[in-house]
Amino acid sequence: MAEFRLPPNSRFKDVPGRQYKAPPGATSVRTFRIYRWDPDSGDKPRVDSFEVDLRRCGPMVLDALIKIKNEVDSTLTFRRSCREGICGSCAMNIDGVNTLACIKAIEDVKGELRIFPLPHLPVIKDLVPDLTNFYAQYASIKPWLQTRTPAPPDRERLQSPEDQEKIDRPSACILCACCSTSCPSYWWNGDRYLGPAALLAAYRWIVDTRDEATGERLDDLEDPFRLYRCHTIMNCTEACPKDLNPARAIAEIKKLMAERQY
Amino acid sequence: MPPQSRPLSPHLQVYRPMYTMVLSISHRASGVFQSVGLLLLAYWLVAAASGAQAYATAAKVFANPLVKLAIAGWIVAFWYHFFAGIRHLVWDAGFGFEKPVARRSGQLVVVLAALASLFTLALAWRHLGGGA
Repeated sequence: MAEFRLPPNSRFKDVPGRQYKAPPGATSVRTFRIYRWDPDSGDKPRVDSFEVDLRRCGPMVLDALIKIKNEVDSTLTFRRSCREGICGSCAMNIDGVNTLACIKAIEDVKGELRIFPLPHLPVIKDLVPDLTNFYAQYASIKPWLQTRTPAPPDRERLQSPEDQEKIDRPSACILCACCSTSCPSYWWNGDRYLGPAALLAAYRWIVDTRDEATGERLDDLEDPFRLYRCHTIMNCTEACPKDLNPARAIAEIKKLMAERQY
Repeated sequence: MPPQSRPLSPHLQVYRPMYTMVLSISHRASGVFQSVGLLLLAYWLVAAASGAQAYATAAKVFANPLVKLAIAGWIVAFWYHFFAGIRHLVWDAGFGFEKPVARRSGQLVVVLAALASLFTLALAWRHLGGGA
């Protein structure tokens, strides 16, 4: 059942946040309001304000986070790796929308930058959410090639360029979880609804012409929650930093379900 | 640290009300409101079938400005739910998922619902005699 309010231990306005002023002489100051929670303190979460001199900072939100961690508060905790939008580590809620901090330009946000962890997940520390359930859901759709026929002895299982094209876009998913955690349906039923990312991955294998478990894959999804909690809200597609379209993939799965029944 | 003590990250509290989720929840809200409105319609029909006296009472109920306002709201909800429902049917058929197209169809639903509501309300106003 949907619980719209945050549980008492999760309310982030009860504890005043700390303020960090820009160094003297800063000319182009922007305020970053960042969600903080320290598992060792026993306190509730809070929102700290960091003033950053953009003249001395890279262009992306991730640059500012790294600068804050290096120069102001080394305890600020977040995931990052590739800094070019391919690893999916730095997914977070920036200015109210889920995206990757490394490819979100600071100048694209007006006023204060509000940075929160991906929504409706248990927080491990600061901007690092627990994605265990998300990964388990991905594993549950069996994201690998399943075959019954033996592979040709002298070559790989071939595919026409047209067939490859069907899986081109869905394969570009980096599993950053921006889509799933932008979905209200996933917020309220994330324990039973697979969410857009896992369903996009399921679609990628369902339409793969080399895969021979299409029927079983559809059987696994034939469930009021796993697939059909998608109400075509479209937040997923709006949020995807790779410009993929999970909403369309889910609709295609629903169509395949209907087609095989009649 | 046991996971139970971990806070839940903010969701509705921080997510920007994207047009996608606003139209979606409006679709559901208008559907619910519409079902409630159907009770009024059922009451009106039952009253009409039960004789002159019951109908006179019903007429008094429907003359109440608050009830009139609720019916006006019901008309808006009906038309919004109607057009948004067609949008969902088109999606379910597999069309209109490109971001610009989805945005345009959302705008279209709102505009059509507004126009249809105004038209219906104007008709009602004219034939049922203004504020009477």
